[in-house]
Amino acid sequence: MSKTYYDPADLKKFGSISEWDEELGSKFFEYYNSVFEEGALTAREKSLIALAVSHVVQCPYCIDAYTKDGLQRGIEKEEMMEAIHVGAAIKGGATLVHGVQMMNKYDKLSM
Amino acid sequence: MPTKSLLSRKNNLSDPEEQLKYLSNGIFGDGELPLFKDKIAGGGAYPLKPKKLEILQLNLGYMCNQVCSHCHVDAGPDRKEIMTRETMQLCLGVIKKSGAHTLDLTGGAPEMNPDFRWFVEEASKAGIKDFIVRSNLTIIVANKKYYDLPQFFKKHNVHVVSSLPFYKKEKTDRQRGSGVFDKSIEALKMLNAVGYGREGSGLKLDLVYNPAGAFLPANQQALERDFKSALKEDFDIDFNELFCITNLPISRFLEYLIASENYEDYMTGLVEAFNPAAVQNVMCTNTISVSWDGWLYDCDFNQMLGLKVESRVQHLKDFEPELLQDREIRVSQHCYGCTAGAGSSCQGSVT
Repeated sequence: MSKTYYDPADLKKFGSISEWDEELGSKFFEYYNSVFEEGALTAREKSLIALAVSHVVQCPYCIDAYTKDGLQRGIEKEEMMEAIHVGAAIKGGATLVHGVQMMNKYDKLSM
Repeated sequence: MPTKSLLSRKNNLSDPEEQLKYLSNGIFGDGELPLFKDKIAGGGAYPLKPKKLEILQLNLGYMCNQVCSHCHVDAGPDRKEIMTRETMQLCLGVIKKSGAHTLDLTGGAPEMNPDFRWFVEEASKAGIKDFIVRSNLTIIVANKKYYDLPQFFKKHNVHVVSSLPFYKKEKTDRQRGSGVFDKSIEALKMLNAVGYGREGSGLKLDLVYNPAGAFLPANQQALERDFKSALKEDFDIDFNELFCITNLPISRFLEYLIASENYEDYMTGLVEAFNPAAVQNVMCTNTISVSWDGWLYDCDFNQMLGLKVESRVQHLKDFEPELLQDREIRVSQHCYGCTAGAGSSCQGSVT
């Protein structure tokens, strides 16, 4: 067994998850591929969203995959970094907006 | 980035045999990835046979004013291999004999050949339908003796195909050298000024995109859309089509892949993106590539790997279209570069 939780070589084995559950695995990959097709959003826009989300969910496989995907689509590093900041802002905001809950609770419990 | 060719650096990858060894050993030697011939045999496409000859591609020499980090020719100012007028005369005979409708001049920088203009004048009389010159753009502004090239191209109704790896300065200069982007833009403006790429002029100007790194090109149409809007908006530059070309693991790009430890991932990516539909249209099935010294190859890449056509006819002086037609195309693992995704050729995607 590997001594680390993540191995970059595992990314290309992603498809093997279907081997233990063909039906659900296939459904997922079919859905996944449909999501990234050109639609109301361009494939380029979707790639940037995927890159930002990859960082928010802190998935190293997804970060590798969507950095490369962005390069292939001609997405520039400034665009990639801005996309990540959007993710970071939402994640930071999501933390801080709970501050209101803290304040509410604090006030309720305090005399 | 390199400032000299592999050859003048005495790098062992300047030897085609070494490159071929590299492409057959490692992940391909131990069976982790299938050999190209086995891969296409699965779809019944092996051996690969030529279709009708349509394109004659002539390499006028390996001398170039640039030393691009991805160059599969290993071209540069230090390369002295130049096609002579005598060989050019053989080419003129072959153009008529071959029945090819497209003549494609490449290099190095073909314009640096001292007999370039003489040859273009002579070849343009041969009744070729599409006469291409592959220009690296910066040559046009490199020296004042080249400033009138746009006029010269126009006079002979040459179809100009130019490399511009990206519509932004940073990536272009990283691949092709500092200052290349600004010079390329200046040259594109000069071409536009005489009508090239402008609507209704009939003068065709196409651009070639190839990725600035260890990744594959994306959809050609989407990139063309981005290139067109960026070049128009930033510089008022027009062009006709964008060709996406995949970098093949040969020569200086192979050197880069190995040095940056991207070789295995890149080759795996090419194999995973293998597209059987692209195999039907690979350029070696309708092209003959001619080296500066008159030898014949299935394509420009095989030329750089020293893989001459497998035929009794191997040189311009023996050119017999029918004999040459009856041959098997020589393949190795670099061929995965032309069959990945939408496919790749000197004319861009093939599917």
